This record gives sequence, structure tokens and C-alpha cells, in this order.
Amino acid sequence: MIDVLLKVFADSARAAIGVQAAAYALAAIGLNVHFGFTGLINFGHIAFLAVGAYTTAIVVDLGFSLWLAIPAGLLGAVILGMLLGIPTLRLRADYLAITTIAVGEIIRVMVRSSAMEGLTGGVFGLQGFADEFFDVNPFSRGNYGVWDITFNERSMWVMTVGWALVVLTALLVHALMRAPFGRVLKAIREDEDAARALGKNVFAFKIRSLCLGGAIGALAGILLAFEAQAVVPDRYLPQTTFFIWTAMILGGTGSIKGPIAGAIIFWFVVASTEGLLRAGITHGWIPDWLLSSQEVAAVRFMLVGAILMALMVWRPQGLFGKREEVLIGAR
Amino acid sequence: MPVDPLAPDVAPVAPTASSRRLASVPAQPGVAKPDPILVVDGVTRTFGGLKAVDVAHLEVARGLITSVIGPNGAGKTTLFNLLTGFDTADSGTWTLDGVALHGKHPHSVARAGMVRTFQLTKALSKMTVIDNLLLGAANQKGEGMISALLPFLWRDQEREVVERADKLLDRFRLGHMRNEYAGTLSGGQRKLLEMARALMVEPRVILLDEPMAGVNPALVQSLLGHVTALRDEGMTVIFIEHDMDVVMGISDWVVCLAQGAVIAEGLPQAVGSDPKVIDAYLGSHAADDFGGTP
Repeated sequence: MIDVLLKVFADSARAAIGVQAAAYALAAIGLNVHFGFTGLINFGHIAFLAVGAYTTAIVVDLGFSLWLAIPAGLLGAVILGMLLGIPTLRLRADYLAITTIAVGEIIRVMVRSSAMEGLTGGVFGLQGFADEFFDVNPFSRGNYGVWDITFNERSMWVMTVGWALVVLTALLVHALMRAPFGRVLKAIREDEDAARALGKNVFAFKIRSLCLGGAIGALAGILLAFEAQAVVPDRYLPQTTFFIWTAMILGGTGSIKGPIAGAIIFWFVVASTEGLLRAGITHGWIPDWLLSSQEVAAVRFMLVGAILMALMVWRPQGLFGKREEVLIGAR
Repeated sequence: MPVDPLAPDVAPVAPTASSRRLASVPAQPGVAKPDPILVVDGVTRTFGGLKAVDVAHLEVARGLITSVIGPNGAGKTTLFNLLTGFDTADSGTWTLDGVALHGKHPHSVARAGMVRTFQLTKALSKMTVIDNLLLGAANQKGEGMISALLPFLWRDQEREVVERADKLLDRFRLGHMRNEYAGTLSGGQRKLLEMARALMVEPRVILLDEPMAGVNPALVQSLLGHVTALRDEGMTVIFIEHDMDVVMGISDWVVCLAQGAVIAEGLPQAVGSDPKVIDAYLGSHAADDFGGTP
């Protein structure tokens, strides 16, 4: 039994430091710029991931270098931010929330449509566009890691780049948020009329926040697409947005380390609940009538939800949030 | 008449050199004044069938305290909202020192030199008191997204802004709360914070929307002191107030609105005894409030 538990732990640890976790950390840092610092409610963050990944893949597909395609992917997210922000950011916060939900789905439905198949590959997506990225992989063939927590050379390379990007963007956001720029964003989060009354062009700041967070989200999308060497429309389902929200809230909104820790914990919990449930079923610790292996995927998210609820009760500010801020909000 | 022990004991301010300027101005709505800083013309705003604001002509004298009074629903706050761009007028123009401000966004109005506070204070609760003030400073180089990453561009300016903010905090007796969250301040302290924050913009005209509402009488005294000090430094103050003692005590000029229109304006004593003003207030112990007999 100890072996089984150790195996589950190793798998969970792999998930917690893997490419998925790095990409979610990046995406959550971007979402945190939107929600945690500026108070923008973005329920369609996945759109930024999709646009970043698809733009990069399409630009490579058209025959350009990957190193040109990545900035193009980021630019795509910035353009999406403007398209999204210009009509909605002058309105109340809930309009942006509703619009972003729709945009997330519109992007996915659009890229998978047969009308765009020539450009996006329709339902099959685009494959093998990241060769240039793996050509410069410094890791030689083999497995790296300690104990049961090992990765092949490809994953190692994507992970290394991914976590380096996480650290760099976290430092970037940190520098921005302690500058007067960040002060204006926080003021908008607290009360945008107060910021207006003091001469701040709230609309311009919100657009910048939306574009900045969106570009960070696009980086996450590009990273995930590299790992898979593919962009496929059905990887960009709306629930991913809410997993990113979960990671951000777990870690604590409006903090720098929060989204990173949140993404790591989110993947550890997802992998360990799934591993424990599956192990329980195969070893007969969980009786058949209670849970079958087909139901594991659904039940593990119920457990994740329960853990998140427990956290909100005992630690409403998340792991790295400031408790005083939550208490002020509750007044 | 029973004496209200809580009523602030406001001694009438001796007319200053500047307020004597208005002594010869006749007390009639829309009258022209020497050296006006704000000139309002034909401003209207309707909500459905209700004409909330309908000001034909109004001039505000530079460097003085002008009070806007009027019964509830007279359109005082709506007028403030229109002048500062928070609401859109159906028609009308207004200029600050000759510069047209109608149709401008709120932030442009503030940058032009006219800053307002709100009736329900807008303390930025999850920011510290000092950050609330720092936000107010205009033309900050570090507010650009690129320049924010280059601290050497804005470090010197930031130091000056912090210095100015600390002086204002001390002046408004908020120095001891400097690093606390603004959300922990009392109602009265929030009023002080909002006034201090507005001053960080270095406006020429400051519009205070009921700065004394909900503030304890002891603090009212110090707030009034701040308001007169602003005037003495050359700032133009326009404020909405309900408390007649306060209005009579510190105003250089009083404008009375009723049903959106200016029904009377003049020196405080003249407006206080104006039968139209008393009529507008009837039902709210007009005689007591104005200290005269009806």
C-alpha cells in the first residue's frame, strides 16, 4: 500500500512541476493582472491562450520563422484585448464579464469551423510547427529527474523555458505593480470614479491591463502548444478558464507569488485525487457500487471543488493574499 | 429657542479683502461678478419628465468660497456631476478660465484644474492612506506602462510627490494613519482623506459635495478651518452643504438652487433672509435654520 501511495505522490509531483503547471501559472499571472490588480472580470481567458497559440502556429504554417511567429502570437493577443476592451470597458464590469465568456467560445468555434480550415486546419488543427524550438533543445536524449519524478528531454526543455518565463513575467508584473502605473490599476479596482475624479484616464489604463494580461495568457497558450507540438480547437474549452481562475484564487488574488503557487497546488491536487481514486478502485479499497473508473474524472473535480470551498472558508485571501484586504472588503 | 449643544459654534468670518470684492454685486440670480473663474451658461439635464438641472447663467468668483444650497432634490449634486463630466448635460456650456469644459471626460476636467469630491466618500479601501494621496498627483511619469519599468525616470518625481503627500497628511491630521489601509478610517477621516487626495492634483477649483455630512461636530470645525485655509491660499472652493450655520459662517457667496434652477444668490446674510429661499426650505424649520422670523 505504501508503494501505491508513493507512486501517486510521484505522479502528482510530476504534474505539479510539469509543463501544464507552468502554463497555468503563466495564465494565472495574466488573469491576476486583469482581476487581481485592475478588477476586470475576464471569464474568457482561454481566448487569449487560443489566439496566442493559433497565431503562432498559423504564422509558422505560412512559412515564417518560429522566432517571428511568437511575437506575432503575442501581438494577436494584444489585438484581441483591444477588440474586446474598446466596446465593453466603458460599460459596467458585468458587461465585460459576459462578453468575455462569449469571446472565449467564439474563438474556439471560429478556428474549428470548416470555413477557416485552410488557415487553422479546422477540427484537426495544426501540427509540428515547433520544430525550430526543439532544434535548440540543450538537453540530450534521455530521462532527467530524481526518484520516480522524471521527464524526457523534450518535456525538460519546455518546462525549463516555461518556468523561466513564469519567473520573468512575475518579476515584470511585480515591477509594474509597485510603480505609479500599478497604483492607478489598483485604484481602478477599488473605485474607478475616484480615479477619474483625480484625472486618470481609466479607459486607457484598463485597455493596457487587458492587453498586458492577455499577452501573458498568450505565452501560456504558446507554451502548451509547443509541448503538444499541436494546436487543436478542443483543447480550448471554456472550463480551462475556470481552472485558471481556481489556480489564481487558491494562490491569492493581487499577489505576485499567489498565481504560481496556486497553479502548482491545483495540478498537485488534481493529479493526486485522480491517482488516489484510481488506485483505490484497482486495489478494491473503493467498492464498485460506490465509484467506477469511468466516474473518476468527474469525481476528482468534485473533490477539487470541495478543497477550494474549504480554503475559502478558512483562508479567504488564498495562500499569499493579504488577510487585512479581505477583511476590509467584507465590511 | 433651545440651544443645540452639538451645533458647531461658527463665528462669522470677518470679510477678507477678496470677499469684499462681492459686496457691491447685486443679489440676483445669474448676476455678473468681477473676475469669474467658472462661467456656466444654459445647462440643462432632464431625467425622464423631471428637469433636474436648469441653470441659465451662473458665475463663480475666483479665490472665494461659494456655497451651493437648496432643498433635497434641488439638483445640486447633479449640477456637480455635469460640471465635472460624470454626467452628460442635455445642453449648455461652461468654461474654466475661458477654457471650454462641456463634453469633456471626467479625467480631462480634473486635468484642466477642476477636481471634485463625492458625497459618499470614495476612499480606495484596499490601498494605504499614503497610496491614496500619491495617486492624486498629476503628470506622473511612472504611470506609463514602459516608463514604469524604468524607475530612474520617475524616482525623483516620486520622492517629491511623497514629500507633498506627507505634508498634506500632517495638515489634515492623518499622519498617524499613513500606512494603514484607507478602509480602516472612520467616516470623518475619509472625508479628510478625500479632500487631501483632491488637493494632490493641485486644482484651481475644488468642488466639495457635502464635505461635512456625517462628520462629528469637533471634526467639522477642523474641516471648516481647512476649507477657509484653501481659500486663503488662492483656491476657488465650491461646496454643497445642508447645515445653514456652516454655510452662513464660512461662505463668501451663496447660491440657492430649487428644482434645478438658481432661485437666489448673494452674500450669505442676503440669501438667508431672501423669502424665496425660505419658501424653498419651508417645512424644514426655515425660521430656526435662518435665525429669523418667518
